[in-house]
Amino acid sequence: MKNSRRSFLKLAGISALGLGAKPVLNAFASSDEHGPEIFPNQEALTAKRWAMVIDTRKFESEEDFEPIVAACHKIHNVPKLKEKRHKIDWIWIDDFKHVFTYQEHEFLDDRVKHLPFLVLCNHCEKPACVRACPTRATFKREDGIVLMDFHRCIGCRFCMAACPYGSRSFNFRDPRPFVEEENKEFPTRMKGVVEKCNFCAERLAVGKMPACVEASNGAIVVGDLHDPDSNVRDLLKNNYTIRRKPYLGAGPAIYYIV
Amino acid sequence: MNDKNKIITGLIIFIVIITFPFWYNMGKASPVPEPKLTDKAKAAKECVEPKEYMKVEHMQILDIWRDSVVREADRVYINEKGKKFNMSLSTGDDSCMGCHSNKADFCDKCHDYASVRPYCWDCHIEPPKEKK
Repeated sequence: MKNSRRSFLKLAGISALGLGAKPVLNAFASSDEHGPEIFPNQEALTAKRWAMVIDTRKFESEEDFEPIVAACHKIHNVPKLKEKRHKIDWIWIDDFKHVFTYQEHEFLDDRVKHLPFLVLCNHCEKPACVRACPTRATFKREDGIVLMDFHRCIGCRFCMAACPYGSRSFNFRDPRPFVEEENKEFPTRMKGVVEKCNFCAERLAVGKMPACVEASNGAIVVGDLHDPDSNVRDLLKNNYTIRRKPYLGAGPAIYYIV
Repeated sequence: MNDKNKIITGLIIFIVIITFPFWYNMGKASPVPEPKLTDKAKAAKECVEPKEYMKVEHMQILDIWRDSVVREADRVYINEKGKKFNMSLSTGDDSCMGCHSNKADFCDKCHDYASVRPYCWDCHIEPPKEKK
């Protein structure tokens, strides 16, 4: 056969067409098959951007916070370690001057001065921990919840150094023996893993409100920050709220009505 | 080749020592274990996917499920036959361990035989031991 430029171009054109058509044909072929499918739970509570409003006016003393902290720690198998260096907290209380650094002054009113404040992971808009994590064990979900995949945590503690709120704890020892009452519905952690509040992602997924909200008698409200008609937006509109260390630009999603 | 004898004797000794584990254990290989099913698992007849697939690919399924549940919050698995499953290793009666509640006879048997040590149970809480 005599090879001319013309016949070569014809051949090349036809082969290119053939190659281009293959993925299209594949797509048609595969659309007939029924592979396994994965869906979210239908009862799951969803939001574009989850946020929490804590009404501190509804709290008076430390005792008011106990059931909230206990409910969270019980549900998530958080160990009770006596030694301060080993302590693990998902949610705890602290003084105004420690919680709202640079926002306190000498003549603070008595109520705020002596009132403990509930603190937990702030589920930031721009979470420093997520950027610091070398294994992507910590990640931000589309709905704003900053979550941890405990399977992937290597215990480097970069996230703990990065978090400006001290929201994270490290398992210096095996936590199992220190879990008082095991909740079979939730795993424990192992030694060498960081942990923190997960906004009760496992409860939202089955249509339940976070444990702290349920235990708070209405003092804590969670909802969708991007929905103008949501309960949290209503509270934010009608009350003066503050956030922790706003000048850092992390964009915390926990709001406090003072 | 003045030391022919010495070299050959040395080689023979070397080969005998190197192959010692093989002929010493000849015929003593333990039989492949057969995992035991609970009554609940037997009654269900089929797992999430066919038995052969589960035998070979259960770790891949667990891996996909873990990422999907933790990262995407997608917790419902619908298999090719259209049956729904709650994607969970150890939470609730319709999780993996809800059906296969005999960890020692189901998981450990093969894992011990194959000398694999999955660290699931460092964190996940094992189903309570069956009463006998």
